Parts: sequence; structure tokens; C-alpha cells
Amino acid sequence: MKIPATELAALKDLADRAMAALPQDVLGCDMVLGELIVTSRPSSIVKVLTWLRDDPSALFKALVDICGADYPERETRFEVVYNLLSVKHNRRARVKVMTDETMPVPSVTGVFSSANWYERETWDLYGVFFSDHPDLRRILTDYGFEGHPLRKDFPLTGYVEVRYDTEQKRVVYEPVKLTQDFRTFDFLSPWEGMTPDLPSVVLPGDEKATPPAAAAAPQPAPKS
Amino acid sequence: MAEVQLKNFTMNFGPQHPAAHGVLRLVLEMDGEVVERADPHIGLLHRGTEKLIEYKTYLQAVPYFDRLDYVAPMNQEHAYALAVEKLLGLEVPARGQAIRVLYAEIGRILNHLLNITTFALDVGAMTPLLWAFEEREKLMEFYERVSGARLHAAYFRPGGVSQDLPPRLVDDIRDWAAAFPRIVDDIERLLTDNRIFRQRTVDIGIATSAEALDWGFSGPMLRGSGVAWDLRKAQPYDGYEKYDFDIPVGKNGDCFDRYMVRMEEMRQSLRIMDQVLKQLPSGPVKVNDRKIAPPPRAEMKRSMEALIHHFKLYTEGYHVPPGETYTAVEAPKGEFAVYLVSDGTNRPYRCKIRAPGFAFMAAMDFLAKGHMLADVVAIIGSMDIVFGEVDR
Repeated sequence: MKIPATELAALKDLADRAMAALPQDVLGCDMVLGELIVTSRPSSIVKVLTWLRDDPSALFKALVDICGADYPERETRFEVVYNLLSVKHNRRARVKVMTDETMPVPSVTGVFSSANWYERETWDLYGVFFSDHPDLRRILTDYGFEGHPLRKDFPLTGYVEVRYDTEQKRVVYEPVKLTQDFRTFDFLSPWEGMTPDLPSVVLPGDEKATPPAAAAAPQPAPKS
Repeated sequence: MAEVQLKNFTMNFGPQHPAAHGVLRLVLEMDGEVVERADPHIGLLHRGTEKLIEYKTYLQAVPYFDRLDYVAPMNQEHAYALAVEKLLGLEVPARGQAIRVLYAEIGRILNHLLNITTFALDVGAMTPLLWAFEEREKLMEFYERVSGARLHAAYFRPGGVSQDLPPRLVDDIRDWAAAFPRIVDDIERLLTDNRIFRQRTVDIGIATSAEALDWGFSGPMLRGSGVAWDLRKAQPYDGYEKYDFDIPVGKNGDCFDRYMVRMEEMRQSLRIMDQVLKQLPSGPVKVNDRKIAPPPRAEMKRSMEALIHHFKLYTEGYHVPPGETYTAVEAPKGEFAVYLVSDGTNRPYRCKIRAPGFAFMAAMDFLAKGHMLADVVAIIGSMDIVFGEVDR
């Protein structure tokens, strides 16, 4: 799937227009792999999405997806990602908002009806609070579930398990009991420079493979 | 006459109801026979797919996609494979692409056969279901012959498809495709002009094109409302631009138009399959990069290098460069997309699955309001809901 240069130029042009129209609200525009990413100030998300929906150069009439993402090492750990589609211009755009556990994000249900359930899902799985949402209930997890399972600090096995108790004649909740230790295999290994552009994953002994250029290359003696 | 106090009453529809298409619990607020508010409770089939994928390598994540929309498994794998390929910057060989298109269209027919006929069953027609399931069985045999599994195929993998077509399969698919239009005609003859079917579906659950976009509809739900939007045409992937096919569009956006769109899409899928089978290129079916795709079995018996590659690919897997992408395909139900974030390791950092059915379900209240209870069944049927993908 090669993206034609005209399309890339059009997306760049759109990014410039957005920056010019909403200088206070758009924090930046990036192009990643030919996809436009607009970063918005959390409090202005309604304004940014309304502009993207109604401006003749954008016309993103469909909000196809909202999802969260968790980056615990960041100061504002959550990203809320809005994926937009313009049927008119045959174009996609992505709007991002950074937030944390306590800072609410204004709901965009007034701009796009489809946002209703997607925001509920993001609330359920990440615990990002959406202010002014008409009906912010959990959606995917169990009735009475506690915690937000897609956060990186939520264990894969969860905290409770259910079973049917024949004596009490009902389903009971119990703490998770693992019959064997939870096994997670870390297969990262220095295989033929598989991690060249990732300095954070230097494995033990790997540093010997690439000697620092200054120390390794014998310096020719300066001629005097 | 004494004044009578009327009270709305709440009704539970499902989760154990055959017309709920799985595990939908629909709480309906009724005023007599008329629906005042519909509140779908989903999540009864939630398995935490997205969380599980974060703990698996890129290749191990493929089978989870079969288990989302289990009616047309390969179309889901397609979106994931394309997303990973985009991050890796890979181009699949021509034969691999053609086989993918062929099986994506088989998946579309599988899906539409199930949806149209269960929808018809919900509104009272038994026969189409029995006919369609015979055809579905034949199609799943094609799945089995190519991947070894009738449903959970794990056949489309990042870099191509897992193996080449076995001998004589192409001829058998061609024979089947030649006979299939008669079945479509038969089903159509039973339903399209059927008075009861029309009474149950025409002018039920109407969405205008603006409303359909606002609610994030896609696929036949959007085309039924008159928007000629198909990702295979608009944003072609895997060589869809090479094939000649039409996009059927509805006029009224009601349940009947969605049925008609699906019916015509099956015929268009046959057209695409026909063209693929006529010009099936030869050559490899997956990329010739040993860091991504495993070496052939025979080579592993002789080459130490191949053996090491095989071992490493099935333990550590491959590393995907940091980046993110939102990659969508036109799955039979609509826009199925994967938002994939990679941090450069061998596991996805975040994999959000965008299922078309989720957006349809969200619009349930909007579509069903003011309709009769029996129409709710028709609306659910025409939405083409499979809970594997809605609940994830």
C-alpha cells in the first residue's frame, strides 16, 4: 500500500490549516507512516473535533473509533486516540489527547453519536473519565467489576475468578488461585541485530558486539 | 370511565434468546408493544483479547483474530496482517496477495450466507438457512484444505499466507463458483418478493446517510443508507484495484435495503473470485525474508541456518520497528480495523481492535426507538451482529 505523494501533501496541507485555525488548541501535527496525527489540548477536544468535522477542507463526518493507550512511564500516562474518517475526501486522521487518572476529558458525544459507547469502553478499560458523558457506565467487563483491565499495571490473570457453587446454588467470586506459577517468557535476545534502533533493550553481553567507534578504530598518529 | 394509570414496563431480551444472535442482553423499556428505549448490555463474551495480545508475540496474536468474528475468520486476520506489514514495511508477493483476496471473498460469502439466512429465520423463513448452510459447509471445506481448520484458520500471516494452495483446489473452487449463482437465485426467489419478508423488513430501522456516518456505520449498513463507500475501492489493499466489481447501494436505509446490498455483494464477490482464479500468478506466497517468514520445511532438513531461523521465529518471533498504524479492511460486516502500536520489541504494545458490530450495537437505541418489539428482532438480524467481535 504505497501512499501517493499528492495525498501526503494534502494531509500536510490539512495539518497546516488545522494549526492555523486553532492555534490555541492544537499542540502539534505529526505524520507517522503516512498517517496524520493531530495532538490536541484535552480541554479543547470538542472544539478540535467539531472543526475537523465541519471545515470544508477536512469534513471528517465519521468518528470510527476511540481507544485508550497506557504509557505508565509518562507524566500524563494515558492517551485517548480518536480515529476519524472523511468519506468525502477519502482520508483518515487521528486525534490524540494526553491525560492521567484524575484529569477528565470532555466527552464528544455531542459532536459524534458514535462516541457514546467508545468513551464508555475507554472508561471501562483504562479509567479515563469523560466529563459531560450522558451515560458513563462500564460496558465490556462484568457487572460490579473493579479496576481497569487494560492498564499496564493490571495483571493478565486478573484478581477474581468465578465458579458455580453447587451448595449455594449460585455463582461465587473468589480470589484468583493459579495452580502453577504465572509464566511469562522473555524471548528477547541479541539475534543478528534485531534491535538496532532500540538502545533501551541492550541485552547482557550485547554491548561487546558494537565497540564504541572511538575506542575500537585505531587512530592514525597525528603527523607533526 | 375511570382514569387508568399506564406504566411502562421493562423487558429483558436475551441473553438466552435465539434471535439475539449470541449473548446479547437487551433491556427494553416498553410502552405496550412499542419500544421506548433499548439498552443493550454487551460484554458477556468479553475474553480480554486485546490484553492477551499484549502478552504474545506478533505471530502468536494471529489466532486471536479468528475468534473475533468467527463467521468469516480470515477477514479479521487480513487487517492484522496488513497492519503488521505496514509497520515492518513489507510488500507481499503477488501470489500471496491473490490468494488473500480469494479467501477474503470466500469469507464474505460465508458471512453473508449466514447473515441473510439467519435474518430470514428470525422473521419467519426457515428454508434459506438450510440451503445456505450446505454451501457454507463446502466453503469451510476450502478453508480446511488450505489451512487444516474449518474455522480457526490462522492462514493469513504477516508476510503472506502460511502455505500455498494444494493441487486441484483451484479447480474445485472454480466448479463451486460456477454452481453457486443458482443457489443465490433460489434464496433470492424465496425472500425478495416474499410478502411476509417485505412486511417485516421494509421501512424498519431506517438510518439516513448522515445518521449512518454520525453513528460510525460501515459496510452494508452504510451502503444500505446510500453511501457508496467500500474500502476495497476507496483505499484498495492487496491488489483490489486490479479487479473489476461494483458496489451495490441501497436507497432507503432500512432492513430490506441492507439485505439487498448483501445479496448483491455475494454476486460481486463471485465476480472477484472469478477474476482471481483466471489470473492467479505463480511464485512465492510469502515474503522471502527469513527474519519474518519461516523457511520451507525441506530446506530445514539440510540447512543449519534455516533451522536456526525457524527456531528463533517460533520462540522469540520478529521485532517490529517502533511506530503506530490504524489499518482497516472491508470485512463482510464493515470496517474492521486494527490500531497497532509497536515499541520495537517482539510483542505489540497496544492492539486495539475496531469491530464494525460495536458501532451498530451502539446505535440500537436510535434504530429501535418507536418500533414494535418484533421489529427489534429484524433490526438485530439486519445489523449482522456477531458477539465474538463486539465483545472481544
